[in-house]
Amino acid sequence: MEKTHILSITVENESGVLTRVAGLFSARGFNIDSICVAKTLEKNESKMIIATSGDAQILEQIVKQLNRLINVIKVQEFTDDDSVLRQTVLVKVNADETTKGDIFRIKEIFNGRIIDVSRNHYTLEVTGSEKKIDSFIDILRPLGIKDIVKTGIIALASAKKII
Amino acid sequence: MTGSKIIIESLINEGVDTIFGYPGGAVLNIYDELLNYKDKIKHVLVRHEQGAAHAADGYARASGKVGVVLVTSGPGATNTITGIATANMDSVPMVIITGQVPTNLIGNDAFQEADTVGITRPCTKHNYLVKDIKDLARTIKEAFYIASTGRPGPVLIDIPKDITSSVYEFDYPETVQLHGYNPTYFGHHIQIAKLASEILKAKKPLLYIGGGVISSNASTELFELAELLDLPITSTLMGLGGFPSCHPLFFGMLGMHGTYPSNMAISNADFIVAVGARFDDRVTGKVEEFGKNAKFAHIDIDPSSIGKNVKIEIPVVGDVKSVLSSLLEVLHGRNEEISAAKYERLGWLEEINAWKYEHPLTYKMNDVIKPQYVIEKIYELTGGDAIIATEVGQSQMWTAQFYKFKNARTLLTSGGLGTMGFGFPAAIGAQIAHPDKIVFDIAGDGSIQMNIQELATAVQYNLPVKIAIINNNFLGMIRQWQELFYHKRYSFSEMNVNPDFVKLAEAYGAVGLRAKDPDDVVPVIEKALSIKKPVIMDFIVDREESVYPMVAPGSPITGMLLV
Repeated sequence: MEKTHILSITVENESGVLTRVAGLFSARGFNIDSICVAKTLEKNESKMIIATSGDAQILEQIVKQLNRLINVIKVQEFTDDDSVLRQTVLVKVNADETTKGDIFRIKEIFNGRIIDVSRNHYTLEVTGSEKKIDSFIDILRPLGIKDIVKTGIIALASAKKII
Repeated sequence: MTGSKIIIESLINEGVDTIFGYPGGAVLNIYDELLNYKDKIKHVLVRHEQGAAHAADGYARASGKVGVVLVTSGPGATNTITGIATANMDSVPMVIITGQVPTNLIGNDAFQEADTVGITRPCTKHNYLVKDIKDLARTIKEAFYIASTGRPGPVLIDIPKDITSSVYEFDYPETVQLHGYNPTYFGHHIQIAKLASEILKAKKPLLYIGGGVISSNASTELFELAELLDLPITSTLMGLGGFPSCHPLFFGMLGMHGTYPSNMAISNADFIVAVGARFDDRVTGKVEEFGKNAKFAHIDIDPSSIGKNVKIEIPVVGDVKSVLSSLLEVLHGRNEEISAAKYERLGWLEEINAWKYEHPLTYKMNDVIKPQYVIEKIYELTGGDAIIATEVGQSQMWTAQFYKFKNARTLLTSGGLGTMGFGFPAAIGAQIAHPDKIVFDIAGDGSIQMNIQELATAVQYNLPVKIAIINNNFLGMIRQWQELFYHKRYSFSEMNVNPDFVKLAEAYGAVGLRAKDPDDVVPVIEKALSIKKPVIMDFIVDREESVYPMVAPGSPITGMLLV
C-alpha cells in the first residue's frame, strides 16, 4: 500500500552529498515529497529529513540504495508513533476590518504568530504536525490566502521510544 | 612533493603498474612526471579515451586487479563515460583519474571544462573532486579501497591542474576511515544454517550463478558445493566461467537466449539459490513467472540487490566466497543427510538432462559459414584456454552459447550495459594483463567499428589480440528483432558499406585474413593463432542466421522460440 514515509538520513557534510541523495531518488524513479537539510551537532555531519511515498517494497529499496551511498552514515525511518514530526507554514492572508477578529482567533487556536502586518494582509506562522498545518490552511482559505510557503517535514525520535 | 608526484607515488603504493590513458592540457603535469617512472609504471597510450576505459576494464576483469585510467578534463573525461558506465553495471573495480581546469577557473566555462563529478555521479560507485592538495593522497587511498571492496565498481577522482603542480608532504595513509561504508563479508550464521537445511530438503534445487562468483573468486567453493550435493547449475552471461561449462551438472546460460534445460529447470525447481546474481530482466523474462514453483535464497554482497526484483525467503548478505565456505562447513559431517538428498534428486537431474537432449543448442550447416561453427572452432582450436572478449549482440550470444568456458575471468563481456565497442579494447587490456595467453575479441561487423581505432594501440604495443569478425553486413541482433517483432521492416540495420577488414588490418600494420567458405574457417583460425601480431579474421557468415533459443522480451522464460 502506498503511504508516506519519513526518512532521517545522517550524511557526511561534504559538497555534493545532497545531489547524490536527490539524484538517487530521481534516477530510480522514487518520489521526494519534501526534503530538509541542516548540520547536526556532530562536526562534519548533516541530517536530511526526506518525506517520500511508496509501498513497503519501494521503501525497502530506497533505504537499501541510500545505504549504498558512500557518504550516507545512517538511515532511519520515522512514523507518527515513534517520533515527533514538525512542519512550519507561513501564510499571507487577506485582512480587513471584518476578518481581523477571525484571524486573531484562528491564530490563537493554532498557537501561531503574526509575524508581518500590512494594511490589507497579515502573515501568520504556524508550526506543527502536517495534519494541523493542513487544517490551519483549510480554515484560513475562505478568508482569501494571498501567498503560502511550507517547509519540509523535520523529525526526531520521540522520548517514548528511547525509554 | 608535487601533486603529480604524490599521485604517482600513491598509485605505486596501491600496486599499480599499468595505466591506460591519453594526455591533454589538464594532466600534462602528471604526464611529465610519468616519464620519471617509466621503469615502474607502464603507460598504455590508447587512441580514444573510451578505449582507455574499456581497456582498463578488460585488464581488471582478466586479472582481478583494479584497472586505472588517466585522461584529461572536458572531452577526455566525457569520452570515458561509456566505459565507466559499463564497468559500473558489471561491478568492475576501476579508478579513473581525470584532469580538471585549475581551481580558480572551475565554474567559469573555462577551456576544456566539464562538471566531471556531476556527469559521472550516476555511473560511478563514488567520485571525488580534489580541491586541496592536503586531501590528495587520502582520496586516492579511499578510491582504491572503495573500488575494490564490497561490490566492486568504478571510482573517479577529478584533479584540478593547479593541484598537480602545488607542493605538499607525501604521507600515504595506511587505513581508510569511512563512516558510511562497511561492506558485510561474512554471511549471518543463522541464515547460512537455514540455507543448508533448505538445500538438503529440496527435491528440485537449482543454483543460479552470476558475476559475483567471479568477482569474489569463489569458483572453487562453488565447485565443491555443487559436487558435494549434486546441484544442477545455470549461469547468467556474467557468471560464465564461474563453473566449468563441460561439467555434467552445468546446463548453460538462462534467460532470453538461455538453454532449454536451464529455462525449464528454473520453472520447475522447488528451491533456487541465486549466487552473486541480480535477477536482471534479460534473465528473468516475465518476472512473475520466474521460478514460480520455487523458494528463493540469495547470496550477495550488495544488500540492495536482494529482494529488488524477486521475493527472497533466505537472504544472505556477504561475500560469495566466504558465504559458500561457511555453507560447506555447516554441511561438513552431515554425510547421511547428504547421501539421502542426493538420492532424492536423481530424478530431478534426469529430468533436466532429458530437456537437454530434447533441445540441445544446435544449428544447421550448409554451404555458407555459420557463426556458431566459427565459435565452436575457436573453442576447439584454443582448447578453451583463451581469454574471450566479446562485443555486443548476436556474436556475443553465440559466444556465450557455443564457447565452453572452463575458467573464471576468461569471458570479458559487457553484460549490464550492453556496450558495443567494448570487446576489442577490453581484449587489449586483458592481453596486457596476460601477455602469454591467447586473447580473442569475438565481434560483429557493426561493433568492431565502434572502437576500431584501437588497432593502432594493439600494433604499437605488439599485442597479438585476435579479432574474429562475424561479418553478416547487418546489425545482426537488430535484424533479428526486426524480423521477429517488426514484420521484417529492416530499418537501418543493414551495414551496406563496410570497410575491407583485411586491408584495414594491413593499413594499421596488423594482419588481415578472410574466410568465405566453411572450409576456410579452421585454416584461418590456425593461421591467426600462429601469428604473433594482432590479427583480424573476417568471417563472411550466413546473413540470415538468428540466435536461438530466444524468449521475447517480457514473456516467461519457458516461452522459448527454438531453432
